[in-house]
Amino acid sequence: MARTAVRGRLSWQIATVDDIVVETARVRTIVLGVSEWPGHRAGQHLDVRLTAEDGYRAEREYSIASAPGEPVAITVERLDDGEVSPYLTDELRAGDEIELRGPIGGYFVWDVEHGGPLLLVAGGSGIVPLRAMLRHRRRSESDVPVRLLYSSRTIEDVIYRAELDDLAEHPIQSPAYRCSRHGSPYMW
Amino acid sequence: MNFVSRGFRGRKRDVDADPSRVPPGQYVTEDFPVLSTGPTPHTPLDEWTFSIKNGGGTKTWTWDEFRALPTETPTVDIHCVTRWSKLDTTWEGVSVDTLLEQVEHDAPYVLAFCDGGYTTNLPLEDVTDGKAWIAFAYDGEPLDPEHGGPARLLVPHLYFWKSAKWVRGLELRDDDEPGFWETYGYHSYGDPWREQRYAGD
Repeated sequence: MARTAVRGRLSWQIATVDDIVVETARVRTIVLGVSEWPGHRAGQHLDVRLTAEDGYRAEREYSIASAPGEPVAITVERLDDGEVSPYLTDELRAGDEIELRGPIGGYFVWDVEHGGPLLLVAGGSGIVPLRAMLRHRRRSESDVPVRLLYSSRTIEDVIYRAELDDLAEHPIQSPAYRCSRHGSPYMW
Repeated sequence: MNFVSRGFRGRKRDVDADPSRVPPGQYVTEDFPVLSTGPTPHTPLDEWTFSIKNGGGTKTWTWDEFRALPTETPTVDIHCVTRWSKLDTTWEGVSVDTLLEQVEHDAPYVLAFCDGGYTTNLPLEDVTDGKAWIAFAYDGEPLDPEHGGPARLLVPHLYFWKSAKWVRGLELRDDDEPGFWETYGYHSYGDPWREQRYAGD
């Protein structure tokens, strides 16, 4: 495993919001155009920085939702009392710009060369870095066995549901959902 | 250039927190978030020891010997590199000065080591002169395992990954050997007031 994931200084840069995908009622995927992106590994994250007109700034970290080689994307869940997530999910529009820097992190990553089998376990928005790994696996045409255990509050809160259902049709990578509230478990 | 995020105003800045106590890029939380890289160790106290390794020699305290040492109850602000800060946290612990008094030493660096294999590196001067503790209680209660119990390093003036959970000792070193996160690209020193999050910051 590479021992150093961040080389040199990570600089802030301005990225363009190319697309916003509605994942659930509270979750959006923000697809970003980043001019100087060194490439990322599945499981890494990036920093987002927002600046108000009076100069006030807020910074947060988000897992990268896309596979290496795909456009950079983050998936954000709105926290009602949050400061940054409601802006990203409710206010941000395609064509807007945001500041970011990354990619960051070298511990919680999976490269296809690491092999498997993989057991991926997530709750709620914790699925995001694992989705990057699943996509990386598929894009790499890897046959590493993988199983995903994923817990959501309700079936409506399952992020990437269609994508996960599609993956589940493949015989060796079947996601299992468990919903912790409202209704019976689905595909557990 | 003066970049502005269209439509972003930020939270109403009526938080009780004194802004002079919140480092740049941090927000104040009332929670106590838990972040760790692996399972929580549960070392029984009768198997727990704390050691200071110094070249060829090692000084070791059992839990009872450690708890017989004089303690302090610092109230400090803590700052996690993931951007939460928590103000006025109250701990009880043994000052690292108290432990080092029992060891001959002149090494300029320490590497803290822990159950589970975690390590983190610090200059010796950042864990001496009342700047660091081996904390075993938080808010008047024994330190919860998920927060590093039975004992964790507490170095509140640096990002909190330096305050290693489940600490079992300090290795005195002539060289500044990078610890766990420092090897993965995080800053070697980690001063929150200079936003030293990642290597090169």
